[in-house]
Amino acid sequence: MMGNAFIHFDNVSKAFGVMTVVDNLELAIQQGEFVSMLGPSGSGKTTLLMMLAGFEAPSSGSISVKGKRVDALPPYKRNMGVVFQNYALFPHMTVAENVAFPLKMRGVSRSETAERVGKALDMVQLGQFHERRPSQLSGGQQQRVALARALVFEPEVVLMDEPLGALDKKLREQMQMDIRDIHHRLGLTIVFVTHDQAEALTMSDRIAIFNHGKIEQIGKPSEIYDRPTTQFVAEFIGETNLLSGRVTACRNGLLDVAVEGGQQIKVASTAKFEPGEHVKVSVRPERIELAPAGGSANELSVRVSDVVYRGDHLQVIAAAASGPLVVKSTRKASAPRIGDEAVASFSPEQCWIVA
Amino acid sequence: MKALPLSKAVFGSAVVVFLMAPLFAILPLAFTDSVFLNYPIPSFSLRWFDELFTADAWRRSIINSLIIGAGTTVLATVLGTVASLGLRGRSVSLLFGFFRTVFLLPMVVPAVVLGVGMQLMFAQYGLANTYLGVIVAHTVIAIPFVVVNVTAALQGIDHRLENAAASLGAPPIVVLRRVTLPLAMPGIISGAVFAFATSLDEVVLTLFVAGPNQRTVARQMFSTIRENISPAIAAAAFLFIAGTVVIAALVYLVRRRNQIA
Repeated sequence: MMGNAFIHFDNVSKAFGVMTVVDNLELAIQQGEFVSMLGPSGSGKTTLLMMLAGFEAPSSGSISVKGKRVDALPPYKRNMGVVFQNYALFPHMTVAENVAFPLKMRGVSRSETAERVGKALDMVQLGQFHERRPSQLSGGQQQRVALARALVFEPEVVLMDEPLGALDKKLREQMQMDIRDIHHRLGLTIVFVTHDQAEALTMSDRIAIFNHGKIEQIGKPSEIYDRPTTQFVAEFIGETNLLSGRVTACRNGLLDVAVEGGQQIKVASTAKFEPGEHVKVSVRPERIELAPAGGSANELSVRVSDVVYRGDHLQVIAAAASGPLVVKSTRKASAPRIGDEAVASFSPEQCWIVA
Repeated sequence: MKALPLSKAVFGSAVVVFLMAPLFAILPLAFTDSVFLNYPIPSFSLRWFDELFTADAWRRSIINSLIIGAGTTVLATVLGTVASLGLRGRSVSLLFGFFRTVFLLPMVVPAVVLGVGMQLMFAQYGLANTYLGVIVAHTVIAIPFVVVNVTAALQGIDHRLENAAASLGAPPIVVLRRVTLPLAMPGIISGAVFAFATSLDEVVLTLFVAGPNQRTVARQMFSTIRENISPAIAAAAFLFIAGTVVIAALVYLVRRRNQIA
């Protein structure tokens, strides 16, 4: 796996003075993969991207692309397309000149340049904006120009540093689908930095969750969402309920856990735990069923303390003996009311242990 | 609520009057036909402009000013821009802080002190009483204006633009030529204009390092005032001011065009 990785970060660290921003990081990215680096600000994801682009040098470790070390190469020799958060379009050039810039740097002939610039701008639906200045375009249009400029020279790797952060929600979702589409069509390897979890879930083949300069977990969006391995990941991606408790028995991949407040629940787990061990159990709000009477393996009796109308669903805060539970209740079920006594139930497969 | 705009207007006009009054006092005298530099003006004529362009001493001085001004502008702009590029983004380092201070020092060192020093040094290197000597002297005091202007322009450039250019395949020298310098151009042009203006009205250093052949307009005005106060000075001043206004207007137009386009 590591041997044939397209991009490989090998024990990469980066420190600014006494601040370690990237800490002994190991990451392998396959050709054609769309990998998102997701994490809070200051978690080292952008620094890692800047090191891949060549704007920062690693303090230790090595970065290779296609088996060749690149960490000593200056940025202009790396042949990677970079899309910046603020677009970084050259304000003194027209849209067409911006997109032609990388081709000019590569000595592409004038006629071929014109043709490829035309194609690239058509691809991002800006065919009629060749002679405009960047300042005359909207944010979304500027981002499309930046995208065309980063793709026009057909780099094998495209790096994106929160490229959609400055756009409004609707436009951002549109651009997410557009970038996804371009990724599929051109078979590009894309490394995408974001702090928006929905964006990462929508676009990525794999997501790397960053925290304090390390990768907490990396995997497919569904793995990250459905089986977060740590409390940090569980809380960073989506919403979660955490129940802390003590293992009372462990057999056949099923744990008996006594949660705070004394109730027993069962948790499916392949890992072995000793009875008496302290664990944290994570359950997503949408996996919890709220009913007058249960029928599932795990039942916690609760009292509804708040109901929030969210349009497509109701967010119910249910007080259990172990603490408040957040439940995402579909509108199909009869609406719970504040003060109702109910049973919150979920199956052992829909909850898991987090570190 | 009403008092604030009123006091603003009064204060603003007072400042403008304070700054402009001397100009408006001297300018009409350029058009007098009297031989005395005083009011009231008996009748208007262009004889002093005629004098300026025909009298040998004045004509020579105008040509000298243009030669020295052009030389100073080129030298100061190039050196000042290079210095600003070198000092860019290194505000924390003590060494670079020292260099920055050195470049800005001529702005605060008394011209007389510089003049005495330069006179002694230029004599030793054969630069005394030469055009090159005067250009070098003027460059020393013009550089701070270029450094200040270009540094400010460079600070306004988003470093990510240069990173973007590098990622698109531009080696550092191309990034400089095609991204950094074009974006800093308004500052460089302002710096060049200031350098030219500094050279034009510099008197003290010129007195020390220039010989009779490098007499500039400012120097000529200075000695004319001492010897015989003629309205030719007012005419020269008029040309100075008109020239400055024209250059400032050009710079403004260039900037505006760049911003709009």
